[in-house]
Amino acid sequence: MVNSVISAKDLRVIRGKHEILHGLNFDVTEGSVVGLLGPSGSGKSTLMRSIVGVQRHVHGEINVLGEPAGSKSLRLKLGYVSQSPSVYEDLTVIQNLKYFASIMRVPRNDATRVLKVTGLESQARQLVSTLSGGQLNRTSLAIALLGKPALLVLDEPTVGLDPVLRADLWTLFRQLAAEGTTLLVSSHVMDEASRCDRLLLLRNGLILADETPAGLLKRTGATDPDDAFLRLIRNEPDFDEQTSDSKRVA
Amino acid sequence: MRIQNAWRTASRVLTQIAHDPRTLGLLLLVPSLLVGLMAWIFSDTPFFDQFGPAVLALFPFTVMFLVTSITTLRERRSGTLERLLTMPISKFEFTLGYALAFSFLAILQSAIAVGFAVWVCGLDTKGSIWLLLWVALADAVLGTTLGLLASAFANSEFQVAQFVPALVFPQILLGGVFLPRDTMPDVLHAISDWLPLSHVIDALNAIAKDTEDANYIGMKILIILAFAVGAVILGSATLRRRTN
Ligand SMILES: Nc1ncnc2c1ncn2[C@@H]1O[C@H](COP(=O)(O)OP(=O)(O)O)[C@@H](O)[C@H]1O
Ligand SMILES: [Mg+2]
Repeated sequence: MVNSVISAKDLRVIRGKHEILHGLNFDVTEGSVVGLLGPSGSGKSTLMRSIVGVQRHVHGEINVLGEPAGSKSLRLKLGYVSQSPSVYEDLTVIQNLKYFASIMRVPRNDATRVLKVTGLESQARQLVSTLSGGQLNRTSLAIALLGKPALLVLDEPTVGLDPVLRADLWTLFRQLAAEGTTLLVSSHVMDEASRCDRLLLLRNGLILADETPAGLLKRTGATDPDDAFLRLIRNEPDFDEQTSDSKRVA
Repeated sequence: MRIQNAWRTASRVLTQIAHDPRTLGLLLLVPSLLVGLMAWIFSDTPFFDQFGPAVLALFPFTVMFLVTSITTLRERRSGTLERLLTMPISKFEFTLGYALAFSFLAILQSAIAVGFAVWVCGLDTKGSIWLLLWVALADAVLGTTLGLLASAFANSEFQVAQFVPALVFPQILLGGVFLPRDTMPDVLHAISDWLPLSHVIDALNAIAKDTEDANYIGMKILIILAFAVGAVILGSATLRRRTN
């Protein structure tokens, strides 16, 4: 049996007055690239925050690498890129990397390695506040790659990037997975779906589908993931009831 | 505890500030300029020697309080703190790192201000100038650590700015700058005993008039530092790894 890297049972999350995730069940297996897809506001970031252990009011069960999410022992084992780049703007790229490397207890030359991997070598000594959007995203990603964590949780890492850069990043993700890293990558662009081993389609805090890209196309009879997603939504029988009920929480 | 985490955080914070020379310049020089202005206003009167020491405490305290709380708040809001707290660093190590970095700046700033007051503006205290320097350093560290603590209760720069009139001004009023504390109504006197700035001003007034011995001043410095340590511990306890 393949090891389960993330496993959720009846995962519920409350933010503010609303329940945002309504009892999710899923497993992510080792060495795979799982795409977490869904429209804006569907709860992708909330789910990712729950997995890395920064989200409050998480109910149900969520285990990461065999430990409850947020456990101390996981802090060296996972890399997280939040949706908005969390990088020190008033430091250079390399200064950011060296600082985080020291906190992650990895050798300093690992900073040079991730710089190369993300193609930021010529920006190393540039102040982060002067980087372009794509370079900023990649700096945030580079930090998550420090120390080769077993699990990477990447919240919309390719948003706003040009097609060439996006293709490069997906090549990188595939390469990391081939080396045994597990990746959970969120996106609201459906055309990234075909690059994943598995898809979790999220809508209004519920999992609409959990299967391979090919399986999804086959089941819905659609020609591309965008179309498949639309078909799934239309075919959902009690969709309206479900959302209006689940949006209200005591 | 891994103390290296605190040192590395401190050096990272100082590197950030070094990239912003204007802030650094303002930080280090504004209190001295204010002291100079005050000396000028009170030239040809005995007031500068009398009130100079107390004012020497207030300016660095306020500046460090503001700067530290805004910087910490920015870190919390930018997402870098959240990222950091998914990594192997404790909340205390993080807070200590900030306290070390800004205390270092606070000490520089106060040393410049005291030096400027004494050698340029001719501040002439009856008590020891060296004791004055020690109290001023402890006071600036206190401002830093209280700023760290205060930032935990603010969600925006606006709120932090409000903390100066809300938390700092009352301490100045009750601390005995304008009116000796023992002539205040009993209730206010009792409250002022529990405000950290009161002890700073007690010590500085004593140095200005040379009314107490070095032991008394040493005791006051210890009280001030105890408040500072308490603020760092409380400040790190209020950080949350998990947020809404
Ligand atoms: N801090 C918060 N407090 C309350 N509700 C929130 C908060 N952050 C996000 N939400 C709500 O949670 C839902 C899911 O948000 P999010 O997880 O960011 O979705 P996605 O990442 O898929 O765009 C949205 O309805 C959003 O309004
Ligand atoms: Mg999101």
